[in-house]
Amino acid sequence: MEERIIIAGFGGQGVMAMGQLLTYSGMVEEKNVSWLPSYGPEMRGGTANCNVTISSDPVGSPVVVEATTAIVLNKPSLDKFETSVVTGGNLLINTSLIDRKSNRDDLNVYYIPANEIAIELGNVRIANMVMLGAYIEITKAISVDSVYKAFEKVFGESKAHLLPINKQALEKGAEAVKSLVNA
Amino acid sequence: MTKVLMKGNEAVGAAAIAAGCRYFFGYPITPQNEIPEYMSRELGKVGGVFVQAESEVAAINMVYGAAGSGARVMTSSSSPGIALKQEGISYIAGAELPCVIVDMMRGGPGLGSIQPAQGDYFLATRGGGNGDYRMIVLAPADVQELVDLVIEGFDLADIYRTPVMILGDGMIGQMMEPVEFKTEANKELPEKDWATVGTGGKRKPNVINSLYLQAEDLENHNIKLQAKFAKIRENEKRVEKYNIENADIVLTAYGTTSRIAKTAISKLEKEGYKVGLIRPISLYPFPNEAYEEINEDAKGVLTIEMSSGQMIDDVRLSLNGKLPTYFYGRTGGMVPSPEEIVNKVKEILGGDK
Repeated sequence: MEERIIIAGFGGQGVMAMGQLLTYSGMVEEKNVSWLPSYGPEMRGGTANCNVTISSDPVGSPVVVEATTAIVLNKPSLDKFETSVVTGGNLLINTSLIDRKSNRDDLNVYYIPANEIAIELGNVRIANMVMLGAYIEITKAISVDSVYKAFEKVFGESKAHLLPINKQALEKGAEAVKSLVNA
Repeated sequence: MTKVLMKGNEAVGAAAIAAGCRYFFGYPITPQNEIPEYMSRELGKVGGVFVQAESEVAAINMVYGAAGSGARVMTSSSSPGIALKQEGISYIAGAELPCVIVDMMRGGPGLGSIQPAQGDYFLATRGGGNGDYRMIVLAPADVQELVDLVIEGFDLADIYRTPVMILGDGMIGQMMEPVEFKTEANKELPEKDWATVGTGGKRKPNVINSLYLQAEDLENHNIKLQAKFAKIRENEKRVEKYNIENADIVLTAYGTTSRIAKTAISKLEKEGYKVGLIRPISLYPFPNEAYEEINEDAKGVLTIEMSSGQMIDDVRLSLNGKLPTYFYGRTGGMVPSPEEIVNKVKEILGGDK
């Protein structure tokens, strides 16, 4: 088992934090994990992305070039990473901010209105967790319980009170793709 | 011990403090800023001292001073900053003082880029400063090994009274992986009877110096240094070897590049190729004997670096003409992909499996 994931969006959407949470959750399950951020000279409001690997074997290159899943939260990220996913891989598109369909017909593409779902829950900043919930439902790469365990470790005690709303976001994200996954 | 997920740079700081380092002097530069950030936050809590110096030159000379008093001390920087520290490193090597220096390499030459690179191999292993000196250079490939080598680096520095360089790159500095801090007892360490800690009126003063105006004295000092470097070469080589007895081709790479090589090897093995790997962990002393163990029917050795070819000089010296050598590298902050390495291997083997 090896999941190679690219998570991309613009600065402030929480793609780095989401990647760290996913990585930590993999570690909780005693899998081999790595998290590699982009740290290039990006403009404010520019793209941010990270590479996450979760594997039953030791992680080789931490750079994800042949992704099994790409999670894109804005349009420049779709343009940039759509071609990075291997045939048969997963592409999760945040339709709240992306108005086009995928050009790939060899992928499992999931369209998720993450911002709308997050706003309904009362906080647009948890759109990343909606996408993470969808990812876990699709791949079952980790269990959602591991995410709960990792949450406080990644975000600290001061954010522990936000766990309930983040749980809701994970559940809503899973719900959004459930019919597609089980189809 | 339970594992924690840590960024490479923060893990350097945590490892140093675990090793008893209580003094850090540095100057900021990307992509290693989390090291001084961590030390500025954490050293005070354990009674240590953090100083952001006015320059890299000042920082390395503060390291010189602290090391002279026998303290466990560290500095860190990235390529252009390490270049500025060379004078001080030469003085520290000349005065035979222990310290740990971390270089998270970025693209060069000059100010270059902030992306990962391996263009400081010559600087690190040949002695970037003046004079006939070497220092121990260790190249971790993952965050756990980074932690282990920082901790061990402090011991080696004390044992040999030498600067030890941890040579990483922007990738290992920025990435997060699970680590655990093993609480093993330190090696038996020599007493620091040379340190300038005050005589108490009971002995002659210790003098820390690298200036010997009498040529005979300086030559004797150099002979002593060279004997120490010979002892380091005898005792401190570290290397990971994989399948070199049966391989048709052997890849060799250090640090993060070796992980990309490993991914390339698993791809090639799936296609039926027999590919080995030599990963030097100590770059000085270079593990030359490993290259003598390669299957003599192998078609050659492919060195892969994030540079235009620096470690390949040591690979050639180690092989001494026994096998053909090939090179694949990317520069400027570009990272080679496993696919590029796979293609290069196929090009060399010409389709032979």
